[in-house]
Amino acid sequence: MFILKNVQYKAIIAVDELHIPAQKTTCIVGESGGGKSTLIRLLNQLISCDKGEIFYKNQPIHTLDPIQLRREVVMIPQAPVIFDGTVKDNLLIGLTFSGKPLAGENELTDVLTTVCLEKELAEPAGPLSGGEQQRLSLARALLMNPEVYIFDEPTSALDEETEKKVMDNVVGEVKRKRKTLIIVTHSKKVAQTYADVVIEMKNGSAATVKKGVKKNG
Amino acid sequence: MDEAIELGLWQMAAAYIFIVILYIILKAKGIPRDKELVISTFRMTVQLVLVGYILAYLIENNHVMWIILVIIIMQFFAVQNIVKRVKYPIHARLKRIIVISMVTGTLSSIFYFIIVVVQVTPWYEARYFIPIAGMMIGNSMTGVALGVQRLVAGVQEQKAQIEAALMLGATPKMAVKNIVNQAFDAAILPTINSMVGMGIVFLPGMMTGQILAGLSPITAIQYQVAIMLGIVGCVSLTVVMFVHFGYQAFFTERAQLCSGQKE
Repeated sequence: MFILKNVQYKAIIAVDELHIPAQKTTCIVGESGGGKSTLIRLLNQLISCDKGEIFYKNQPIHTLDPIQLRREVVMIPQAPVIFDGTVKDNLLIGLTFSGKPLAGENELTDVLTTVCLEKELAEPAGPLSGGEQQRLSLARALLMNPEVYIFDEPTSALDEETEKKVMDNVVGEVKRKRKTLIIVTHSKKVAQTYADVVIEMKNGSAATVKKGVKKNG
Repeated sequence: MDEAIELGLWQMAAAYIFIVILYIILKAKGIPRDKELVISTFRMTVQLVLVGYILAYLIENNHVMWIILVIIIMQFFAVQNIVKRVKYPIHARLKRIIVISMVTGTLSSIFYFIIVVVQVTPWYEARYFIPIAGMMIGNSMTGVALGVQRLVAGVQEQKAQIEAALMLGATPKMAVKNIVNQAFDAAILPTINSMVGMGIVFLPGMMTGQILAGLSPITAIQYQVAIMLGIVGCVSLTVVMFVHFGYQAFFTERAQLCSGQKE
């Protein structure tokens, strides 16, 4: 899905070659400051690399319309962002942003079940806890049904039990739809359990890549 | 109509008593603002005396070139003032947008007002053109300065939210919609509010001046209403242009958020 060749970004990223396969779950692991978040920001084109080339579906990423690309390669940031309004508004805003038709109430409640969030659609989203906000932004991305999902530490605020439930459901659904999933995680457990491919980022500027197929989905 | 009473040297001197009293109070209370008071009073006096002579000259020797020069100087200082008033450093792209919106927004309003509303002939009649242009440019300057401040602050404070919207495929316009609306609101609100108190809380400067100069209050009010409407139009047009183009300065051509400030 993504191929990186000699990619450099400031002193943070220096990747010689990297493949991120389509329709697989790729986990990006490594210590803090290793460039994990920067790498996925490059994939979502929130930033552009200084040197080298990134290919998406074999096309150089800089030749693609960044907005169209982000509608296909949806990313959610490490710190969940909640927009003004209700739970429903927050679910629908991704579809609004990407110009897709809005979902019906049933679809919205289903996606809340998928992320194990027991909230009413009409509830204001502002007072939700950190973990609830994280699940709400996961649900928002799932609803958009893009080609590629990029999640930055999607379950960092969840307890182990909820993390497992949510990840089982989310990864299961993405796999069922045969989409590509990229997860940045510091949790070895998440990487071990869900990853088809593990990429390890190390030592700030230098990124060492380790590929290993853990299991097939 | 009676001519206005001309103030003689002693009468002018008597007015400065207010400053002397304030100076004594500041000194007595130990409030360290005495220097600013003296400098401000001095600057105000010198600037106004100079402007008085310049205006007298311009009105006597009315020429289109003088008026163009006046417009250029006014615009230059207005833009300088906007940049200075905003607490954040502003990068060249945003500055260009400020200049473009100030120049096109104010000039089109001024010319509409001079030619269509007041119907001054020739249009460059200094007695009309300079005060009207001054009021419109001055108010637009305040509006745009507030708008710039709100826009830059909004983008700084809501960076995470803007980026989260971009990550979901929002266009830059969608991602900053709320901030742009708030900036427009902040810029336009003082002008709209100023209309509410007019005539009750205070008598506007231009009207007061015309009444003092011996003009009938009815005529003075006609002018005041017209100029107030002109100011609202001029400020709105300038601010609309600024916010419409201004947000774009915060994004690269790859629709990535940049700070909008000096790198």
